[in-house]
Amino acid sequence: MENIEYGAIFLQFLVALGFVGVTMTLTHLLGPKRKSDKKLENFECGIETTGNARMPFSIKYFLTAILFVLFDVEVIFMYPWALNFKELGAEGFVKMLVFMGPLLLGFLYIYKKGALKWE
Amino acid sequence: MLELFTPELLDKSILILVLFLVTLGIAAYSTYFERKVAAFMQDRIGPDRAGPFGILQPLADGGKMFFKEEIMPNASDKLLFILGPSIFMVTSLMTGVVIPWGKDLEMFGRTITLQIADINIGILYVFGVVSLGVYGIMIGGWASNNKYALLGAVRASSQMISYELAMGLSVVAILMFTGSLSMKDIVESQSGSILNWNIFAQPLGFLIFLICAFAECNRTPFDLPECESELVGGYHTEYSSMKLGLFLFAEYINMFISSAVISCLYFGGYNFPFMDMVSNPLLLTVLSVASLFSKIFFFIFFFMWIRWTIPRFRYDQLMRLGWQVLLPLAIFNILLTGGFMTLKDYLKF
Repeated sequence: MENIEYGAIFLQFLVALGFVGVTMTLTHLLGPKRKSDKKLENFECGIETTGNARMPFSIKYFLTAILFVLFDVEVIFMYPWALNFKELGAEGFVKMLVFMGPLLLGFLYIYKKGALKWE
Repeated sequence: MLELFTPELLDKSILILVLFLVTLGIAAYSTYFERKVAAFMQDRIGPDRAGPFGILQPLADGGKMFFKEEIMPNASDKLLFILGPSIFMVTSLMTGVVIPWGKDLEMFGRTITLQIADINIGILYVFGVVSLGVYGIMIGGWASNNKYALLGAVRASSQMISYELAMGLSVVAILMFTGSLSMKDIVESQSGSILNWNIFAQPLGFLIFLICAFAECNRTPFDLPECESELVGGYHTEYSSMKLGLFLFAEYINMFISSAVISCLYFGGYNFPFMDMVSNPLLLTVLSVASLFSKIFFFIFFFMWIRWTIPRFRYDQLMRLGWQVLLPLAIFNILLTGGFMTLKDYLKF
């Protein structure tokens, strides 16, 4: 039975892929093609394009991504626990508190270190 | 392999096609209603040229997109430039498969499930596919080799991953008393009285989820990735023709699907009050589908309502809300739910 469910997801994937493929091809064939060097330059509000866009940007974004990876793994750990919450009962709840303690300490640490400050 | 070609698969194929068309239709007409709602709120008329009341406007817009020149900047990475909107569109069309659209349909002596895939990882699948959508924006913005596009893409991905945390945590609280990840089980657990809807058990969780849904869809007040006044068009500045169309269209599909997920998680999905008074199974199915869609339309309207009511956040405010307010609040919500359930179990009431 599960096979059919995943087969259906695969079918949906094919439909989505087909839709994107057809639209991309159609718009490529239908649109006018009057290209010029000026037109194919990068848009920069009408002034001359200077340099490459792929230059270093704020480290803050990188830090956010790293913190996301850390916390997302912890969130995923909570899912199996939440699903079995009723069976695990009070003991399971206390165990989760023990797990969450260090997580919150870590959160407090990055907060105090100013990793979440954007000003 | 042979066992795959069963009547069930035929049902699923028809359902997939119907839902695909419905999704496209709703996404297309959301653009029309967005403009009509905006016009209504600003005391204007809105689109009224194409057809009566302008109802052909989405078709005109879509058709126009196809006949526009396709621009691919010389400095861009050609393959990734095409891949970006494709990934974004494919992922947004993929998210809807786990949503139960209505009660089982009894027809021709068979039971047809109105859900494309009832998989046991349900809501986890939605999160997984939604986070793949970030790649579409990031790849598209980076491939353009445009400063505005890159800034928009970096902002978008950073915002979407930040709010995904609080979103994931707010759902944990629901899973604690549902005990299942399957969307069908979550919806079924809310059947019966209207008081069984999760909104009454999880008002805080709902608020967190709603705010995160706005941020995930890049809707106002979280539309920093594409704010016109700062970043021209954001990550799709360099895009034209239907490639731009796919980006914009996928956003409306995302809005539709997130409205559906909100309705399923917190507002009983296809359940409606006094459901057990309807005895005709066909009528029950029709009413349940209508009930889910009326909830979805309300939330789509709510998305638009917020757009014309609340101004955009500053980036530091957005990050502070995500990390320093919603994340701790979501953890507090889990503790509150867990504590209450343990206490209830302990006192046996």
